[in-house]
Amino acid sequence: MSDWIEIGTIDAIPRRGSRCVNTPAGKIAVFRTQEDQVFAIENRCPHKHGPLSEGIVHGASVTCPLHNWVFDLTTGQALGADEGQVKTYPIDLVDGRIFMAFTADLVAAE
Amino acid sequence: MAERLVIIGNGMAPGRMLEHLFEAAPGQFDVTIFNAEPRVNYNRLMLSPVLSGEKTYEDIITHGDDWYAANNVTLHKSSPVTLIDREARRVVSTNGIVADYDKLVIATGSSPFIPPVPGHQLPGVVTYRDLDDVDKMLAAGPGCKVVVIGGGLLGLEAAAGLKMQGMDVTVLHLMPTLMERQLDPAAGYLLERAFKDRGISVITKANTKQVLGTDRVEGVELNDGTIIDCSMVVMAVGIRPASGLAKAAGLAVNRGIVVDDQLRTDDPHVFALGECAEHRGTCYGLVAPLYEMGEVLAKTLAGQPSAYQGSVTSTKLKVTGIDLFSAGDFGEAEDREEVVLRDASAGVYKRLVLKDDRIIGAVLYGETSDGPWYFDLLKRGVDTREMRDTLIFGQAYQGGAALDPMAAVAALPDEAEICGCNGVCKGKITGAITGKGLNTLDGVRAHTKASASCGSCTHLVEQLLHVTLGDAYNPAAVQPMCPCTEYGHDDVRRLIIAKGLKSIPAVMQELEWKTSCGCAKCRPALNYYLVSDWPGEYEDDGQSRFINERVHANIQKDGTYSVVPRMWGGMTNPKELRAIADVADKFAIPAVKVTGGQRIDLLGVKKEDLPLVWADLNAAGMVSGAAYAKGLRTVKTCVGSDWCRFGTQDSTGLGIRLEKFMWGSWTPAKVKLAVSGCPRNCAEATCKDIGVICVDSGYDIHFAGAAGLDIKGTELLCHADTEDEALEIIVALTQLYREQGRYLERIYKWAKRVGTPSILANVVTDKEKRRHYYERFVYSQTFAQIDPWEERVNGKDAHEFAAMAEFGMPVAAE
Repeated sequence: MSDWIEIGTIDAIPRRGSRCVNTPAGKIAVFRTQEDQVFAIENRCPHKHGPLSEGIVHGASVTCPLHNWVFDLTTGQALGADEGQVKTYPIDLVDGRIFMAFTADLVAAE
Repeated sequence: MAERLVIIGNGMAPGRMLEHLFEAAPGQFDVTIFNAEPRVNYNRLMLSPVLSGEKTYEDIITHGDDWYAANNVTLHKSSPVTLIDREARRVVSTNGIVADYDKLVIATGSSPFIPPVPGHQLPGVVTYRDLDDVDKMLAAGPGCKVVVIGGGLLGLEAAAGLKMQGMDVTVLHLMPTLMERQLDPAAGYLLERAFKDRGISVITKANTKQVLGTDRVEGVELNDGTIIDCSMVVMAVGIRPASGLAKAAGLAVNRGIVVDDQLRTDDPHVFALGECAEHRGTCYGLVAPLYEMGEVLAKTLAGQPSAYQGSVTSTKLKVTGIDLFSAGDFGEAEDREEVVLRDASAGVYKRLVLKDDRIIGAVLYGETSDGPWYFDLLKRGVDTREMRDTLIFGQAYQGGAALDPMAAVAALPDEAEICGCNGVCKGKITGAITGKGLNTLDGVRAHTKASASCGSCTHLVEQLLHVTLGDAYNPAAVQPMCPCTEYGHDDVRRLIIAKGLKSIPAVMQELEWKTSCGCAKCRPALNYYLVSDWPGEYEDDGQSRFINERVHANIQKDGTYSVVPRMWGGMTNPKELRAIADVADKFAIPAVKVTGGQRIDLLGVKKEDLPLVWADLNAAGMVSGAAYAKGLRTVKTCVGSDWCRFGTQDSTGLGIRLEKFMWGSWTPAKVKLAVSGCPRNCAEATCKDIGVICVDSGYDIHFAGAAGLDIKGTELLCHADTEDEALEIIVALTQLYREQGRYLERIYKWAKRVGTPSILANVVTDKEKRRHYYERFVYSQTFAQIDPWEERVNGKDAHEFAAMAEFGMPVAAE
């Protein structure tokens, strides 16, 4: 069961940049690519828990600021020689407004 | 006994002729060369890259001294010939050398034509024909105001080269459009615009009245009264065959020395070759015909039948970043048709002139890759009726072939000319690749000469290597910057300047990046190169900076940040310390540490608190210490003559002065300085990027130390007598490093790569050069010395320090 909740507009995130959405279950990093695609992933690198939202965004990938692991934003899969996976969250973009599918675990405070 | 062959002149034409001769008739001749210049044979086509600084003299030598020795050639350098005695078959040089000949080749080339306007003999008027001219022009140095008279091939290459050397250049051209002999007015206009975009002034229809000045050049006056101030005038109006010697010897001379199809003059023992020769009424000034003559003459001398039939020529302008090709005849006439393609936004102009369905002229601007194909169709007189509709789009559009440059090259017929300079066709190159087992560009150059002259066909030759060898061809001689490009750091830096690239998308577009927006390796590097090369013009791209430089603090393993305010020269006071203590209390900062760079680190600051922490530190007069930056970090000092009983100079004062002068500057990697007040060296200056050891007589400046991954003591750069001099040297050294360093390359690695002698030459021995580096640093600082903390306290990049949205927390409490 999930609800689509508006988290802000695309203009709030710089191109090739990211911002966080804070939830009780942790931070979710929302990325905007050069081509204005928007992706959301868990803001926590599986390697040493680096904040992926602070990484350099290139194409549809981000490089972790701590030890340069690279993740595919579309799948959450680590690229190159590293093995790992971050959770991804569905995003819907309507007229520049960003909606994210919140599952029960993200608003689990109830 | 071998015949005696004497050659007057040591340019490219006789050089090529001899190569053919030694191949066709080894040992047949005893060769003696008289060269007016004091050097071996070099590639004159490459003078422009030497002038612009893209190559050095050593890079363009064709035959080194060993070549002459190996071929038993006697080379008399600095020995212009003054007399040819045809009866005695003997030549005499100015320095008294006498040589008898059985066969004589005159290859005296051409001399620049200097219009005899008043003032043309003043010091400061130079021509552009040989390496001495290049040296004279370079001696003027950056900032010099130069007028180039002549907007032809030579003048424009000179202008572009001088501009790249930082000079202020104006081109005067008599005709209404540039290069009117090779280009039609439309292409001439595009070319003029391209030059103006590079900051080169172009005045057409400019008739020079006189060169002004009393003791040396001070300006140029035009017929319409316009006066242009300058301290150097480059005459590039044209060339004339150097035929005076032949004329004095009684040989038949019109414009040039008259020769027949065997290059023989009217004396059967005397031949003429190259720019000084006139064949069927034509004198040539381009290299391809000269090489063709050389081949014919070699065969003639070797006793083989051969005839020179004249040449059709094509032209390319060798200015990096301007693509231009022209060939044949492009005048308008009734029996001619033309096909024109214009793409204004892309700056592309193509025009083909056809007669009886055959191409007789081609002008390409902006996109010249089809030049060789059109030139081939032109020379072979191919009937183009079948492809008329798509001819202008180029070879890739013929016969539905894929739009793949590789396919286009693969589709070229074997007789298509690839290298115009050396007249090398495709079949010869592919034949040499397979026949001689070549797998490198240098190999092809050595065996076929293709791409060995002006180099503009290099990519075609590389594609031929690719097509012929497939995956076995590996061109990666330089380490590419990252997988997004084939270019290494040095090429990227060079091309950013040469092509005037001022944004990351422009670099990626022009240098054909393989990814849409780079990667975490190349983007920060490109951002630095652009910041460093275009101060005030390039807009810093925060999203291409590592997080620390984006938020001006150091990320820690738990995602918090550390904050280090500047303490100038390591000095602080109670007010600053109190502010630091208050900030630590107010924001519950968990750790406070003294750093190795003589300042205080506040560790564990939450990202959203950063602007508030900075606001309080700013209020106490402190600015960012840039402890996160690939830039100036700290200047460590000892207490020097202020307090220490051994101190020889005010080391603290100099340290503070250096730090206040240099803070805010971005560099390829971090830069740490130190100043010690005496050789006891308490500030540990001899393991820093740049260190100063004060002594009684002044300041010893050290550099290239390391105390990190590598441990390395510094090298002594030089001694400075005064504090001002020390500052200027240190600043110039830093600027040189900023301009030459590869991203993330520390000073000691850069110094090892470029060599201490070149660093000394730029910032120590040549005071004028030092001053220019110093001034460029000062200029760049006017845009760099803005406290990033204060900017962010005032709202810049606010999105960085706040979450986009919060969910669950307050709601859950209900």
